[in-house]
Amino acid sequence: MTETEQPPALPSTQSAELQRYERLLAEAEQIQGISLWRDAWRRLRKNRVAMISLGYLIVLSLLAVLTPLLPLQPPRQQITKLAFQAPTASPLFIREYKIAENEPAENPDEPLPTQAKIDADGFGPLNWFDRSLLAARRAIFGEWCFNSICGRDRLGRDLFARLFWGARVSLLVGLVATLVALVIGVSYGAIAGYLGGRVDNVMMRIVDVMYSIPFIFVVIFIISILNTEDVKALMAKWGIDRLTVFFLVVGAIFWLTMARVVRGQVVSLRNEQFVEAARVIGASRRRIIFRHVVPNLLSVVIVYLTLTIPQVMLFEAFLSFLGLGVERPDVSWGLLANEGVEVITPVRTVWWMVVYPGLALAMTLFALNFLGDGLRDALDPRMKNR
Amino acid sequence: MNAASPPSAEVSHRPQAAGERPPQPLLKVENLKVHFPFARGPIWNRHRGVVRAVDGVSFEVFPGETLGLVGESGCGKSTTARAILNLVHPTAGHVYLNGQRIDGLNDQAMLPYRRQIQMIFQDPFASLNPRMTVGAIISEPMKIFNLGTEHDRRLEVLRLMELVGLNPRFLNRYPHEFSGGQRQRIGIARALAVQPKLILCDEPVSALDVSIQAQVINLLMELQQRLGLAYVFIAHDLSVVRHISHRVGVMYLGRIVELATADELYARPRHPYTQALLSAVPIPDPAKERKRQRQVLRGDVPSPDREYPGCSFADRCPWAEPRCTQSPPPLEGQPHPAACFVANDPRSPRRQ
Repeated sequence: MTETEQPPALPSTQSAELQRYERLLAEAEQIQGISLWRDAWRRLRKNRVAMISLGYLIVLSLLAVLTPLLPLQPPRQQITKLAFQAPTASPLFIREYKIAENEPAENPDEPLPTQAKIDADGFGPLNWFDRSLLAARRAIFGEWCFNSICGRDRLGRDLFARLFWGARVSLLVGLVATLVALVIGVSYGAIAGYLGGRVDNVMMRIVDVMYSIPFIFVVIFIISILNTEDVKALMAKWGIDRLTVFFLVVGAIFWLTMARVVRGQVVSLRNEQFVEAARVIGASRRRIIFRHVVPNLLSVVIVYLTLTIPQVMLFEAFLSFLGLGVERPDVSWGLLANEGVEVITPVRTVWWMVVYPGLALAMTLFALNFLGDGLRDALDPRMKNR
Repeated sequence: MNAASPPSAEVSHRPQAAGERPPQPLLKVENLKVHFPFARGPIWNRHRGVVRAVDGVSFEVFPGETLGLVGESGCGKSTTARAILNLVHPTAGHVYLNGQRIDGLNDQAMLPYRRQIQMIFQDPFASLNPRMTVGAIISEPMKIFNLGTEHDRRLEVLRLMELVGLNPRFLNRYPHEFSGGQRQRIGIARALAVQPKLILCDEPVSALDVSIQAQVINLLMELQQRLGLAYVFIAHDLSVVRHISHRVGVMYLGRIVELATADELYARPRHPYTQALLSAVPIPDPAKERKRQRQVLRGDVPSPDREYPGCSFADRCPWAEPRCTQSPPPLEGQPHPAACFVANDPRSPRRQ
């Protein structure tokens, strides 16, 4: 380079008009542009179905997080004399059943082997967060709780409470497994797309091969292996619970589509002129990826995320329904529906045990899909000014 | 061979360069070649080849002047610009910036030179990151080169926005809130942010409305006057190029076929391709336009993946002779260089 000395300052700071620029800057700071995110939010807000779905999901997530605070009956408290009690809302609030009133289980060959572990309170083992929420609940509501407005199951456990506790597991599975898929899929797709060429080719062929494997059978196979006693003991030794494995397994399936979507986006973004422009001004590779590629990738990822969560939840429900998913005494919506179906006999239909978990699941899946659709429309730049 | 003397002679009649002549060109491109290898067909019957996007281009740009590059789509104009900036690595040839070789440098080594040489892009809708504010876009190059403090950079953005005719109050707006012409001004401000000496303009107005084109062209010329910039102006619009350029190079299939001052080229085109190109320019006068003689070329632009032993224009040339297909014509002749055997043959009746 011919000139080695650093230019002392930018031309504006040397100019006589510095004062005027300062004033202009103060003025300019007042005017805020409409970013694409704000623009998308404005469009999303016009979509009533998506907004209702968003509201529903927010409320549901809040309730799921704060479940121990709600005046619900203990989800694992078995009141066998009230087994299969139909939904009743009169009175709406009742006092909690004392453990003393509870009769011992009549059925010795109990299908729930972990019954012995259930806490005397009927809440099961809780972490410190849930315990403090529970303490707060006792302080606020005392002994009062909702009556069984969704009925009771074959062991006399309150379905309404179990729906809420199940929501926690179902939502957690949906969210965490999707995040696992997100992390794997985005990194894999981004690497393939950015490197391109032969690496890209090999990486995407691997994805193609994995697509052709019927994953449901693989998952069933894996989970069947995990169900054997030896493996269970081994897992307990290593401190891995079944839910963790479940997250990993489900995440490992759903990353495939994510990788494809992200790779396609990265390939098209890499050839965008603004990426070339960033190279011209000397931006480093890291800067290009994080400042120019990733922010433009985000909208696609968000849309795909909201559409994957319901798939994962449904998959979890499906596996739980087959008895391969969430393990008792944990509950999830799929597991609750499964319990409902198990007790259907020609003589007696316990409709509430199927209908309510199914309804909860269906509503949530609908909401997520509507929200995903709404987000896709809102984040699509071609939908601008609509 | 007097191809070297005309450029410097032409520099002298430009107002900026009057008096002393710069000792060396700002940018010197020597026999630049960019070939893209490709492979087609299944593995067992693979057809390999090379697309000769740029095939031996040489020119010089002097401080403060505008060199226009014209040619039809796919003749390698943009690839030339991208190769100069090392966005694609040249296959052969040298690029000198202020006498220093910059061809084939990696991103790291190229970085200091990017302060002197910048680029304006064709599509103002695609060349700005939609997720960044105008202020962030214009200040990014300063940030990369670590010029000034954050606050100073913001002031500088305001100055640049005024310089290119944007309302500086819209500092925090996003590109999609601007019109095409305004966005192109943002692109110009970004290129100016590091105070370059040379700007490569890759069809900067072809995506704009005609009325906006004039505004942007005038802005570029005004900036040249004020800042002493040199431009390589790539376009396919002949009248635009004539208006802004001091010298014009006509490209055909990866080569420069004729290089002259703008007035000279338009008044006395020597190469048959240039003549055909100029005869296609409409005249904004209905009476004259109706009488205009158009020279329609036969055939299509040949594919750049073929190698031509002779003149690549020979297939379509109305003057073609046997010697044209045997060896490539050198860029030479008087009064300005043209790559044509016939035009350079003193015995030829075609010679003008």
